Amino acid sequence: MKALVWHGTADIRCESVPDPRIEDGRDAIIKVTACAICGSDLHLYDHFMPGMKSGDIMGHEAMGEVVEVGRDNASLKVGDRVVVPFTITCGQCDQCRRGNFSVCERSNRNRKLAETAFGHTTAGLFGYTHLTGGYPGGQAEYLRVPFADATHIKVPQGLSDETLLFLSDIFPTGWQGAVQCDIQPEDTVAIWGCGPVGQMAIRSAILLGARRVIAIDRVPERLAMARAGGAETIDFSQDNVVSRLNDMTDGRGPEKCIDSVGLEAHATGSLDAMYDRVKQAMMLETDRAHVLREMIYVCRPAGVLSVPGVYGGLLDKIPFGALMNKGLTLRTGQTHVNRWSADLLRRIEEGQIDPSFVITHTVGLEDGPAMYRTFRDKQDGCIKVVIKP
Amino acid sequence: MSQTRNPTPARTPVRGPAPRPAHSGHARLARGLGWFSIGLGLAELLAPRALCRAIGMEGRETLVQAYGVREVATGIAILASHDPTPWIWGRVGGDALDLATLATGFEHDNPRIGGLTLATAAVVGVTVADVVCAQGLAADKRLPPPGRYDYADRSGFPRPVREMRGKASDFAVPRDFRIPDPLRPWTTTDAAARPAASPA
Repeated sequence: MKALVWHGTADIRCESVPDPRIEDGRDAIIKVTACAICGSDLHLYDHFMPGMKSGDIMGHEAMGEVVEVGRDNASLKVGDRVVVPFTITCGQCDQCRRGNFSVCERSNRNRKLAETAFGHTTAGLFGYTHLTGGYPGGQAEYLRVPFADATHIKVPQGLSDETLLFLSDIFPTGWQGAVQCDIQPEDTVAIWGCGPVGQMAIRSAILLGARRVIAIDRVPERLAMARAGGAETIDFSQDNVVSRLNDMTDGRGPEKCIDSVGLEAHATGSLDAMYDRVKQAMMLETDRAHVLREMIYVCRPAGVLSVPGVYGGLLDKIPFGALMNKGLTLRTGQTHVNRWSADLLRRIEEGQIDPSFVITHTVGLEDGPAMYRTFRDKQDGCIKVVIKP
Repeated sequence: MSQTRNPTPARTPVRGPAPRPAHSGHARLARGLGWFSIGLGLAELLAPRALCRAIGMEGRETLVQAYGVREVATGIAILASHDPTPWIWGRVGGDALDLATLATGFEHDNPRIGGLTLATAAVVGVTVADVVCAQGLAADKRLPPPGRYDYADRSGFPRPVREMRGKASDFAVPRDFRIPDPLRPWTTTDAAARPAASPA
């Protein structure tokens, strides 16, 4: 089959690889009908996340049709249409039973690596480094889904792939980012980053009833899309974010802050951004913490910081004194996709939201490598790329 | 590239000039100047005596090394920053300092007046490049924004935003995702149900 294969920094190729096969009774094989490039795939593309090996198949946002089912899998049958959550979940461990699917205790087959890096294992993820299992990803013609009897979202036939695909990651991720804020009707929610997750977080905050949503980015198309979703916007290349947020909230700061950026924060001209760049270049830190610093500094005391943006390793110069003295609540985590999927599927079916609004490019697998660059460099108005294998 | 428009809202091209490329000529020049700055700075740091001897300004080695630190720091800043413009202007300031320092060497008894003249001409040339680069970067910023597409019609909602606000109010935030009750604002909780606060 054809697949997008990682070979190193900014080196992803469309190659022929062996077809996946059933390895365990709970597995299923999916014929991928649509998949997407995620912003967190760019962390792998730029090689900021450790644990990738040449030959790894990329992709953790995929959906398709079940074409083969393991003998112990009673939940799926050939022909079922499924969206595949990016987190692989056994459905049986203590964390899965609690709904904490992204920290499933059994699905990471490289748990020792994860325990070394994080202290404990987290869930296996598709196409996302050997720290999280080294499972082949979904930017391919076929995908083996481990623990497939638990790791799937059955979806109806009547809706398009484009409308349903983002149940795999960015819609529940934006949703969880907003839910972690426990949004109240009087809240102002500030959202850093207007990429796909940020766009979903904006819509989620609006649906959950935030009084105001303020979105921060510097790319005109992304800011325009944020405004379309009901956000006021700040262009951080033009304005000082902290000053502007304080001005917009009469000096009080937003009650809730969401980091939809993660470890590759860009900033213009700020001293801490320069510091991060230099330290990252010298391999003295792995992640750039500019957004976290701004959030901690500007959030209203007793407010909530929600971090759906992906971080991978070590961060420097975190103003923890401000975090503690302001009494801020910090909520983080990879998304517990299955926890929200039934509710979000219902909202899509009822027409509350159509997540396909975020798609700007649709290509075949062979054009995937070029689209990584286009997406990374924010060229051609690119916000979200869907791949049709 | 066999790229197709997605079946949902079409991307509306915005009329106006084509977007500027992600790496414009001025940005490339800035990177070149950044590397040049680091190279010159290292030379000043590591070989101050040879440099001073070449322009007949022995005794200024410490000053030259200080300039080397400045050059290296500026070079790193240019390469690391998203917007190198202020750092290029910083280089222009540094150039002025260099020229002023070199001017003090033009004395009739300087045996290396040729080398000094050459060095001064080189700094003048680099200063011109710095000014051109800084002005070009500033001009790039004044160009129309790089967006070519207008996504103002992409709300994702079936109704206007004002009608969608709070539509998911039927969603019950799970207990483990809620702000702990003691941390909720008094105004949003039933103050009467709370135990009376103890006097301090």
